[in-house]
Amino acid sequence: MTTASSRIRPPLSQRLIRGWHKHKWSYFFIFPSMLLFFTFTAYPVGRAFLLAFQKVDLRGSEWAGLANFRDIFASQLFWASMQHTFIYAGCVVSAWLITSLLVAALIQPLPNKIQSLFRGAFYLPNVISIVVISLVWIWIFEPQFGFFNFLLGLLGQEPVRWLQNPRIALWSIVLSTILIVPGSGVVIYSAAIGSIPRDYYEAAEVEGANGLQKLIYITIPLLNPTTLYLMVIYTIAGFQIFERVYIMTGGGPINRTTTIVQLIYQTAFSDFNFGRASAQGLILFAIVAAFSFIQFRVLSSDIEY
Amino acid sequence: MTTKSIAAQPADRSIRMSPHKFIRSLPRMFIMLILTAVAVVSLFPLYWLFVTALTPASSTVQLPPQLIPKNPTLENISEIIRISGTGELNVFNTGWIIRMPRLLLWFINTTWITLFSTAFHVLFDAMAGYAFAKRSFPGSRVLFYMVVAALMIPGQVTLVPLYLMITRMGLTNTFTGVILPGLADVIGIFLLKQFMQTLPSELIEAARVDGASEWTIFTRIIMPLSAPALAVTAIFAFQRYWNSFLWPLIVLQSPDLFTLQVGLSYIHTSEFGTNYGLLMAGAALAAVPMIIFFFTFQKYFMQGLRIGAIKG
Repeated sequence: MTTASSRIRPPLSQRLIRGWHKHKWSYFFIFPSMLLFFTFTAYPVGRAFLLAFQKVDLRGSEWAGLANFRDIFASQLFWASMQHTFIYAGCVVSAWLITSLLVAALIQPLPNKIQSLFRGAFYLPNVISIVVISLVWIWIFEPQFGFFNFLLGLLGQEPVRWLQNPRIALWSIVLSTILIVPGSGVVIYSAAIGSIPRDYYEAAEVEGANGLQKLIYITIPLLNPTTLYLMVIYTIAGFQIFERVYIMTGGGPINRTTTIVQLIYQTAFSDFNFGRASAQGLILFAIVAAFSFIQFRVLSSDIEY
Repeated sequence: MTTKSIAAQPADRSIRMSPHKFIRSLPRMFIMLILTAVAVVSLFPLYWLFVTALTPASSTVQLPPQLIPKNPTLENISEIIRISGTGELNVFNTGWIIRMPRLLLWFINTTWITLFSTAFHVLFDAMAGYAFAKRSFPGSRVLFYMVVAALMIPGQVTLVPLYLMITRMGLTNTFTGVILPGLADVIGIFLLKQFMQTLPSELIEAARVDGASEWTIFTRIIMPLSAPALAVTAIFAFQRYWNSFLWPLIVLQSPDLFTLQVGLSYIHTSEFGTNYGLLMAGAALAAVPMIIFFFTFQKYFMQGLRIGAIKG
């Protein structure tokens, strides 16, 4: 902005008034959601950063420096919950990607009507709340009359205490998650496979490629953006696992299924240690952000052809 | 172009056009068999939920389990409604009290919270999406970047600050405390902005020349043209609010105000928590509305996922 032009321009107050008249409708449209966003998202995020460096309970708060983080990193339960969360997220993300890709690839050659029937069938369990699904799994895992131990009985096996055995409980929760095919992955992969141009395959056939080669060299690389998208959203979801653990085991037995969010919940609403819970939340945030970033870097390097 | 022409061909052709020889060589029946087996496993928990809910309590705890209930009965459902206790519905906080079984009360609470939240969520997000898509104003870019950045923050980060805030505002144990923070979700703004950008600006200009007010342009032109995107936003919001658990669990304390999900977890930890016939009956009642909802709006669920994948 030069002095010459600012001398011609009207004074600031007039410009503000004129700007207000020009843009008041824009601000009117934006106002409700921005008010909600700043009050209930932006401000709490900032507050979380402050709380993480404070000792906070129901009475008040005082500055505590890095004490919360020191306590967290010195706590065995924290490292155990990190381990449980990484095991859970790692297993679930890989299993979900593989099953949804395979199901989508198998659905593809079928007639359209049957395709959408299958997509609906695979998506249906995903609209039900995790609370309901977890309650059903408790019943399926029930040691005496549960369905899984009935199946084991048919095979002549001893009953398993799926959710009560400290060495098995986490794996039972993983199993309960991966046995339901992620409908979103099936639908998204299936749309992506359908949009791959057929010329690529025809060209590969001319060159004499077989089916497996086409899958490895054409389909899977071309699905990379889709895989990236699904991997990021599934990783974020995996790290945030809470409801299954809360309902099915409550973190037990002997804390063997405590995950990060379960730990945050306990720290905040059983111990009422709000400062430490905020610090744990920030650590979760950092992990999720780091993973999304790495996944973008690794997979997006292949996306440009 | 190629994709389009292939999609337009009859279904049988797509078999021959299938990219993978190994898939093409498998008989279609075999593929269907595998898919059906996977689908059966995937749907089994849902099936087992309803079978157990409809099996007489005495037959639930016996081996072998009945895969198809021999004498289906609604006794579990009437029993869980009775056992959930009696609660009081304070109609719109007017002091007009209606007494009813708690399970029914939870159903009404959940419906009310879900419908109210979804309606305002869609309206506010549509307004913001329109402003970001079609109206440039000072600060619009900065605000939009903040909205996009907020998409990456896990909800657990704001859990404690929100709880402290709600406590200070005296909103614990109220529906307002459940609804307000839930409305701050920004994913809808992002999706609707992307969609509304594709609408022709000439329509808006023409309406403005004809003397339409800004609000009329929004309600009569933008909203109707965005109907598919609004529907997608609404159904995903509905699903999220209906199934929401952690936040209502923290905010709500008196059983009369619980939502279905919180109520189910409450029954689960009560003395009836190991009576699986009853528990499944309660869970089935919470699941049925979502199942009906899914079959009614299946088309939009599928569309919405694809939009999300392409934009994401």
